[in-house]
Amino acid sequence: MDIGLGHYLTVAACLFTLGIFGIFLNRKNVIVILMSVELMLLAVNINLVAFSYFLNDLTGQVFALFILTVAAAEAAIGLAIIVVYYRNRGSIDVDDINMMKG
Amino acid sequence: MIIKALFFYLFAILSVAAGAMVIIARNPVHAVLFLILTFFNAAGLFILLGAEFLALLLVIVYVGAVAVLFLFVTMMLDVDFAELKAGFIKNAPVGALVGGIVLLELAGLFLLHGFSTGAAGVTQTAMPSLGSGVDNTTALGRVLYTKYIFFFQASGLVLLVAMIGAIVLTLRHKEGVKRQSVPAQVARNPKTAVEVVEVPSGGSIIPSTEGQ
Repeated sequence: MDIGLGHYLTVAACLFTLGIFGIFLNRKNVIVILMSVELMLLAVNINLVAFSYFLNDLTGQVFALFILTVAAAEAAIGLAIIVVYYRNRGSIDVDDINMMKG
Repeated sequence: MIIKALFFYLFAILSVAAGAMVIIARNPVHAVLFLILTFFNAAGLFILLGAEFLALLLVIVYVGAVAVLFLFVTMMLDVDFAELKAGFIKNAPVGALVGGIVLLELAGLFLLHGFSTGAAGVTQTAMPSLGSGVDNTTALGRVLYTKYIFFFQASGLVLLVAMIGAIVLTLRHKEGVKRQSVPAQVARNPKTAVEVVEVPSGGSIIPSTEGQ
């Protein structure tokens, strides 16, 4: 019953895969895609904190802190873009975002 | 030890189950609530790993700010979410394929390579030992404000840019709304504010448009 590094990495891998799966599953809904990205960032954070604990090194936690900061900024900007897009087009369907034909 | 293992499995299973519910929930509001549950359980895992500060930061920043932001946006946008769910089944095989490949890669990496936790000589900042009386928050603060001060400042800058960007993106000026104009008020003088009219006896004043 000893919980090792592998257990935490497995949880993080499951969450990361769920995030990727969610992006494909909800191809039309930008909000859920953003939530899936948050899930993936959380999985990365779990990895970093687990390695920090098992390698007895505090740097991983510092890095996780910075990832948290960037994730918060990304969520704020992403949601602002969604609000502006909805105001202009009246929809948040990803398929409608083809004005730039990129 | 057995209690710790028990709690690990509780948090792990709940976080993965809630993460699965985030992506398959029909209602986005439910998805946000499941996201909050995932973050709470991840915070529990962090506490098991001895990262109390990050665990509470996760609860405060994610549950308190980011998830509420998601909730607000989801509820404010009047979108037909049932329509957005169309293609859910169609996209599932592709998603399962890509997700399965990533999971296989991760599992293969772990099984074939493995991770050594005994790598010596790479430790950047040693974790304080349990008996030293230095808790996680203190230890984190000691390196964050000294060794990583420039990164800390840079992350503050990132947040500032995000804040200004969000405001600039969503700010809009409505047409036809009367607003206070301080310069116009300050620039008023008797010449522009007062008008002397000669009223003929028995007559009336025709409203003047001058000076407006």
